[in-house]
Amino acid sequence: MLRKLLIGTALATSFAFSAHAADVKEVQMLHWWTSGGEAAALNVLKQDLAKEGYAWKDVPVAGGGGDAAMTALKAMVAAGNYPTASQMLGYTVLDYAAAGVMGDLTETAKKEGWDKSVPAALQKFSVYDGKWVAAPVNVHSVNWLWINKAVMDKIGGTEPKTFDDFVALLDKAKAAGVIPLALGGQNWQEATMFDSVVLSTGGPEFYKKAMNDLDEESLKSDTMKKSFDNLAKLVKYVDPNFSGRDWNLATAMVIKGDALVQVMGDWAKGEFHAANKTPGTDFLCYRFPGTDGSVVYNSDMFGMFNVPDDRKAAQVALATATLSKSFQSAFNVVKGSVPARTDVPDTDFDACGKKGIADLKKANEGGTLFGSLAQGYGAPPAVANAYKDVVSKFVHGQIKTSDEAVTELVKAIDDAK
Amino acid sequence: MSTVAETQIKLTPEHDARPGASVRSRLQDLLPKIVLAPSFAATIVFVYGFILWTIYLSFTNSKTFPSYAITGPRAYQRLWRWTFESDPPSSWYTSITNMGIFGFLYILICLALGLFLAILLDQKIRGEGVLRPIYLYPMALSFIVTGVAWKWFLDPGLGLEQTLHQWGWTSFHFDWIKNKDFVIYTVVIAGVWQASGFIMAMFLAGLRGIDGEIMKAAQIDGASTFQLYRRIVIPLLRPVFLSAFIVLAHLAIKSYDLVVALTSGGPGGSAWLPSNFMYEFTFKRNEMAVGSASAVIMLMTLTAIIVPYLYSELREKPR
Repeated sequence: MLRKLLIGTALATSFAFSAHAADVKEVQMLHWWTSGGEAAALNVLKQDLAKEGYAWKDVPVAGGGGDAAMTALKAMVAAGNYPTASQMLGYTVLDYAAAGVMGDLTETAKKEGWDKSVPAALQKFSVYDGKWVAAPVNVHSVNWLWINKAVMDKIGGTEPKTFDDFVALLDKAKAAGVIPLALGGQNWQEATMFDSVVLSTGGPEFYKKAMNDLDEESLKSDTMKKSFDNLAKLVKYVDPNFSGRDWNLATAMVIKGDALVQVMGDWAKGEFHAANKTPGTDFLCYRFPGTDGSVVYNSDMFGMFNVPDDRKAAQVALATATLSKSFQSAFNVVKGSVPARTDVPDTDFDACGKKGIADLKKANEGGTLFGSLAQGYGAPPAVANAYKDVVSKFVHGQIKTSDEAVTELVKAIDDAK
Repeated sequence: MSTVAETQIKLTPEHDARPGASVRSRLQDLLPKIVLAPSFAATIVFVYGFILWTIYLSFTNSKTFPSYAITGPRAYQRLWRWTFESDPPSSWYTSITNMGIFGFLYILICLALGLFLAILLDQKIRGEGVLRPIYLYPMALSFIVTGVAWKWFLDPGLGLEQTLHQWGWTSFHFDWIKNKDFVIYTVVIAGVWQASGFIMAMFLAGLRGIDGEIMKAAQIDGASTFQLYRRIVIPLLRPVFLSAFIVLAHLAIKSYDLVVALTSGGPGGSAWLPSNFMYEFTFKRNEMAVGSASAVIMLMTLTAIIVPYLYSELREKPR
């Protein structure tokens, strides 16, 4: 009985196999840019490739966010069925490169001069073992304040230059009866804000040591304790209902004028644009107080897989188009980020974008361009998530003092290394 | 079955003489197995095969991708250490205490409420045909829908609290969903709302199956209604309790989507269940070994509860 069952099984499964023919003139792309603005931005790339005769094929992903896409990618790679390229973040690229599944774009990179135009900090993630394995699409930075100008005028506030200025500004808003700080109480949002707080409290040198090098002395130093104390100060200015709120709802509070300010990466600008708001007249973008001159970044990358030879031409075309100046400008104007190469003209960008481009250039030259730990560009995902845990537990009261927070942080990061 | 068929073929020599008929009868004999084979294979590979694979991975040092070199029980050692880190709570400690609270309350309240509703509905009331599906329909919703609906309802800024404030009861305060110490109870509320109607239907079917003669006999012997249910009906419903318990226990253990949709993990991760822990560690933190180890512990716990219960329940009454 059992043997027959197994024979039957073998028969039935043998029908499931079928030949798979690869198409040369096609780009298979795994990404999760499906919402309005992002999809429109990506269309530019599709058209650029269509001009060169390459068809575009989205790899379908069930579910919206990046997590679902990464799970799908893991399954595809495990099955040996590589897409031409996939949207990837930070250490994921290096993980896959270490597993030996990424392609090699070094020739294209040389021809196009990526080594010079792409900031060195980004190359840490797009170059593995001397080989270009990914094409960076954009640079987001997280140390921004997004302020409703009408509310700002009403309370008579000015741009805060130091952390204490910022607290004074929040006090003014509180006195005027608006919610001072719009925050979504999800761990990545809290940690993203804390990235800026650490940079502001400890300065660029300290940020690099603690948040990128994970130096234990720095992590348990008094400066880190002070950073947690400063975070506690900011959390006093959020509304009681903040826990679990999505980031774009927090942005909407600022847009509507219910709240004064949000600390968020520059993807928040997309929400302002979608609501037809203009920088300078409706909203203001400042660097987080005390972090001017430094940029805490994260970046979207197109990871390029080691596809068979007959699909390599399409891959090279995709990579070239991705880092072309015209696409970099067109895409990032819509996305709210800044180009991943520093030699793209800023003519099409709004005031915030121009400032972002200038800041990135300055930070790149001055060595103050740092990976955001909360966004997974400071350390591998295990460490980054352990960090988010500690920050979130501190914000929500499971961890009660900054002393305890620092001890927990060191322990959690040690565990995750 | 197949051996009987085979002997029949051998006993009748004309089958061998006519090859067409022989092939046909053999095919007929094989057909059920061929049809069953894919699902049989799928179960063997995707359930039992992957259980073994998960156990194997939990003893390796797998990070983003599976690695196959056994490196010892390090993942279990970490989980064991985290089990006792209660202040500040480790994610694993939060997950397992939440599992205890959620599992216990969810199963208990669903059983109690389901039985209570079933007994009420069984009183030959008018409109039962309307009421029954009303209680049953929440089960037709996915956990995601339940989670989102309750998330809005319980949100102090949108739902119940806001509405009551608008109606004038401004001192009303209900922010459990935003409170790290109470958020797990909101998961219980939503879960109970969804499943208790289904449990009611199970009990109702059980009640309808009870012989009316027994009830009448008890009433003639002077049993009060309470005694009737306590001594006769509920003991007779024992097999229903078993089925309901198993349905609820596995729903409780696999509740992942409800937590995500309702609380997105809760303030500071305070609403996590072990399944959330497993997903987070395996897929988001690239700690596949730890994720696998936590999955194995979930399986062991479930086995430790269900198997003795099944064993005692199914052995006691040989039929």
